[in-house]
Amino acid sequence: MMTSTTQNRNLFQNKGFRKLLAAAFWLGMWQLAYLTVKQEILIVSPVRVLQRLFELSQSGEFWLTALLSMLRILEGFLFGLIFGNILAVLTSVSRMMYDIFHPVISIIKATPVASFIILALVWIPSPHVPAFTSFLIVTPIVWANVVNGIKKTDHNLLQMAACYRFGLIKTIKRVYLPSIMPYFIAACTTGMGLAWKAGIAAEVLAVTPLSIGRQIYNSKIYIETDDLFAWTVVVVTMSVILEWLMVRFMKTVGQKYNIVQ
Amino acid sequence: MEINHLTKLYNGKTVLDQFSVQLPSSGTVCLFGPSGCGKTTLLNCIAGLEPFDSGEILGTGNLKISYLFQEDRLLPWISARDNVAAVLVGSARYNAEQAKNWLQLVGLADAENRMPAELSGGMRRRVAIARALAFGGDLFLMDEPFQALDAECKEEMIALLEEKTADALKIIVTHDFQEAQMLADVIYVLDGPPVKIIDTITKKHA
Repeated sequence: MMTSTTQNRNLFQNKGFRKLLAAAFWLGMWQLAYLTVKQEILIVSPVRVLQRLFELSQSGEFWLTALLSMLRILEGFLFGLIFGNILAVLTSVSRMMYDIFHPVISIIKATPVASFIILALVWIPSPHVPAFTSFLIVTPIVWANVVNGIKKTDHNLLQMAACYRFGLIKTIKRVYLPSIMPYFIAACTTGMGLAWKAGIAAEVLAVTPLSIGRQIYNSKIYIETDDLFAWTVVVVTMSVILEWLMVRFMKTVGQKYNIVQ
Repeated sequence: MEINHLTKLYNGKTVLDQFSVQLPSSGTVCLFGPSGCGKTTLLNCIAGLEPFDSGEILGTGNLKISYLFQEDRLLPWISARDNVAAVLVGSARYNAEQAKNWLQLVGLADAENRMPAELSGGMRRRVAIARALAFGGDLFLMDEPFQALDAECKEEMIALLEEKTADALKIIVTHDFQEAQMLADVIYVLDGPPVKIIDTITKKHA
């Protein structure tokens, strides 16, 4: 009896087991909601979603659609990372640049995504709207986090680097980059999730051909709730996998070059 | 080296007020005084890390200055060895070898791969000493250099310091008078702020 209790306690201390338990709990809640409502037009069962996913995955178009959506969102995400970082460095070294860009970034942060998408549809060809929207969402997040990381770099370490004649490159590599990395990784994880949300919303509004957004739009038109759920699962899964791969990649590279602890 | 009429205000408070002193080109000068009297600010001004409001510091322009800060200021994301190697100029392999040698001299040969967070206060201090010595220089600024070290270790570090910096000028800040007496050729007894010299003791290895 005692051994069994200890074993259970050890099991609950296992992070993987706890996560599995949480997933099982929410799947159970979902199934319960389905059994309560019992209208497939409002909510479909997890089993039906899995079944629909399996059916969809049999066609090449499913994989091509998922791949193209991912590429569009990654394109916007990567440009957001690059532009956000450049902007962060510029606004950190020049007060004037900060004063110029800060209001623009604040406006972008506060403006509803839908407004951007509709404006973008007017300004640029519709196939580029999802990437552009993801870019607009990611840039302020990266900018704000990296600027914060630069600001919070330990002044004592910067003095030490100056005194021991590190020079610019070594100071960036040895002091700034390791200080900024936790903020940058946080920006990447938040930005990745939001890039998917905004990018898919843009695909829905732009009705982009061969896109997950288009499939979601069709599921609304034809009231195919199972398709809506299935494509949503695809988005969530891809977002989580990409986020995991990205963080793992950054940590591996960062540890190799001693910029991540 | 000459400090003439140095004045520095810090947050509206006068830390240095027309402070002047002449220092030799080698040997050990101890600045002895109570905490908060402005000794560290004076060292920062000499190191060029803090601007001053008026006055001048002559004779430091061509000097290579090595500064052992009051805090260890080790980079927390790299090992003890890499912290020492970071101040060296050369190939990565050469720097790593040199860093290992310096760590051996301060008695930390076994700790070269450990991160600063994995070291005790005394060990971190010794890494900081190894780093300052490895960087070398004509002028060593040392702010409470032997804090967190036990008596035996302190003696070893003093011997090492004297051996490796024989030709350099060392300005050591301390509030331990015994330490000052042991190390200094000249002790300036300070008070403040603003920093002023209230006594000068010339003493070689009492």
